[in-house]
Amino acid sequence: MPDYSYTLLILLVPFALFILIGLFGHKFKPIVSGIVGTSGLGLGFILSLLTAWNYFFSHGHGEGYKAIIAYNQTWLRFTDALQVKLGILLDPISVMMLVVITTVSFMVHIYSIGYMKDERGYHRFFSFLSLFSFSMLGLVVATNIFQMYIFWELVGVSSFLLIGFYYQKPSAVAASKKAFIVTRFADLGFLIGILILSYTTKTLDFLTLTDPNGPAITHAGGATFMGMSVITWSLIFVFVGGAGKSAMFPLHIWLPDAMEGPTPVSALIHAATMVVAGVYLVARLFPIYAMAGTPALEVVAYVGAFTSLFAAVIACTQLDIKRVLAYSTMSQIGYMMLALGVSGYGGHEGLGFMASMFHLFTHAMFKALLFLGAGAVIHAVHSNYMNEMGGLRKYLPITHITFLIACLTIAGIYPLSGFFSKDEILAAAWEHNKIIFFSAYFVAGLTAFYMFRLYYNIFWGKETHYHHTPHEAPKVMTIPLMFLAVASVFTGFIPFHHLVTSDGMPFDSHIELGVAIPSVLIALVGIGIATIMYRKETLMPGKMAKSLKHLYQWSFHKFYIDEVYLFVTKKIIFRYISVPVAWFDRHVVDGTMNGIAWVITYTSNLIKGAQSGQLQKHAFVFVTGAVLLVVIFIYLW
Amino acid sequence: MTEGIPLHYFLIISTLMFFIGIYGFLTRKNLITMLMSTELILNSVNINFVAFNRYLFPDKFQGHFFSLIIIAVAAAEAAVAIAIIINIYRRFKSIDVQKVDEMKY
Repeated sequence: MPDYSYTLLILLVPFALFILIGLFGHKFKPIVSGIVGTSGLGLGFILSLLTAWNYFFSHGHGEGYKAIIAYNQTWLRFTDALQVKLGILLDPISVMMLVVITTVSFMVHIYSIGYMKDERGYHRFFSFLSLFSFSMLGLVVATNIFQMYIFWELVGVSSFLLIGFYYQKPSAVAASKKAFIVTRFADLGFLIGILILSYTTKTLDFLTLTDPNGPAITHAGGATFMGMSVITWSLIFVFVGGAGKSAMFPLHIWLPDAMEGPTPVSALIHAATMVVAGVYLVARLFPIYAMAGTPALEVVAYVGAFTSLFAAVIACTQLDIKRVLAYSTMSQIGYMMLALGVSGYGGHEGLGFMASMFHLFTHAMFKALLFLGAGAVIHAVHSNYMNEMGGLRKYLPITHITFLIACLTIAGIYPLSGFFSKDEILAAAWEHNKIIFFSAYFVAGLTAFYMFRLYYNIFWGKETHYHHTPHEAPKVMTIPLMFLAVASVFTGFIPFHHLVTSDGMPFDSHIELGVAIPSVLIALVGIGIATIMYRKETLMPGKMAKSLKHLYQWSFHKFYIDEVYLFVTKKIIFRYISVPVAWFDRHVVDGTMNGIAWVITYTSNLIKGAQSGQLQKHAFVFVTGAVLLVVIFIYLW
Repeated sequence: MTEGIPLHYFLIISTLMFFIGIYGFLTRKNLITMLMSTELILNSVNINFVAFNRYLFPDKFQGHFFSLIIIAVAAAEAAVAIAIIINIYRRFKSIDVQKVDEMKY
């Protein structure tokens, strides 16, 4: 077996940087922590590329790609049977994720050196970024589901810390709390899923769990509960955790608010890496989903399809450019989920699995690019709202070109990378489920429409008079943009069907013209409508909004999901559960304690007069007592 | 010398002294008078010791020695008590026992 022990460095370097920058960053100039953090991630980036090269191309793989345990160490030992290990598992998806995470993280680090300049807490920002990179890398290389859970919570914490980076802003604080509470709530489902799964299969180890001849899959026909096997239920619970992290409906409400964080954070965490952790989780357990829990896989498919449609509709009406991108992210993650949901295991059946991972990869590149581009725009005009922008193409030429490339990519225009991955997803959906296919097909058109609405509103549209002339971002910010633009263009040509497949065996796949041509056509239609409506300032958007008044209002208010949550929590949970519980606590529990204290105080008040401090009274009592004793002993005994 | 005086004479005297002492101790407000009352109590005990020794065990001396020890202890106790009283006087500008009630609840 080739030696992969250097992969340990990919994890340990960001962790060491987190501690170093966090503890000693303030002693140096801010730029030092930026450069140190960036070079550490640069090292991780190079090592990940090396790992990928070695894993995919260098070492022989006659019978497909096998999972390799590069490192495994017992971390917590309860009994001989129950041990929690920490280690590194290398298989096609984890190696691919290593590349995605280190690439995006490295680019975001470079970008942040420029973007976060002159911000307070510069070194704090970089130490949290390192913490996040470490946790996310630990999550993808987890060898067992418990290690994954540990790092899963760690990414949640670092996301919380980075959303709340501007902790003086009340909205940022509220958003970070919301993100943490919603994902924690979902993680409860994940934990229950882990417990049921490991209890039924007696193992935590991924390799044993996903082994097609292993206990999880062969024993799936065992106990049932409400018509579904226990394994299926556990997989549904695990998916709840994944849905929370990946902002699937109805646990998506935290993601748009998470845009309160600095833009590089949105690019790294809330677009490219952490939010796809849910997809990764389902992909990691995919053999069980496919072979032992088909109903759970259907849940994944329908939740993914619904979320992608739902989020795309909302994205069409939002005005905050980062929120448009956030809903677009949700929609694209929905795509990945539905692709997993319609997939089977092994060979060409596993097309959906491959497509999902492919889309995860390309999406990470172009969505990070979109966010970083949006960051450059916000940097230039100091506003998040697209109605305060317009005509920026003259001022920001590099940002304009890279943003256009990203928009074309996400719309799925040949030969950009988004075309290939989206085409595979649509093809997989067409083969398995026509309803989901048509929903996804419609979403493809919507995606093109709202992305170009965004693009035209920022870079074309009305001429806005700015207080001071917007200027192009510094080189340190435009270089990552250009790198990611190149990546978005060319990653589509990576032969994913040979590299990342459900069972590790390569299969043949080709562009299905019957799916590809209509999908490009609907994208062009979407772009065309957006061009007519938004290229020049016209009255059409207003008219459209009026004619579709209700739909527009509902979409603009995000289908009132936030209001529903507020209603459920404030009006129902708080009023009918929390208030009575609080009353019980205040009056019954506290009342008992206060009652005991009151009785004691009252009694002591009654008898404290005996302790008068008057010597002669005490003496009198003493003498009387002695006399009484004498009387008793002499006469009454 | 004590021929013809029966024992109960002594016992009556000592009982009277004892209860006069108790009464004085419980009713007098002046700390010095209270100290004197305790001396009365101690001395009534001394009389008892000596009288019983004389009438019950004329050829032994334990009772006498007990009396001597009690006198010595009483002298020491008086020294300590007067020292306490002087300190009380310095602090309270009075030797009224009812004003010394710092130790109440």
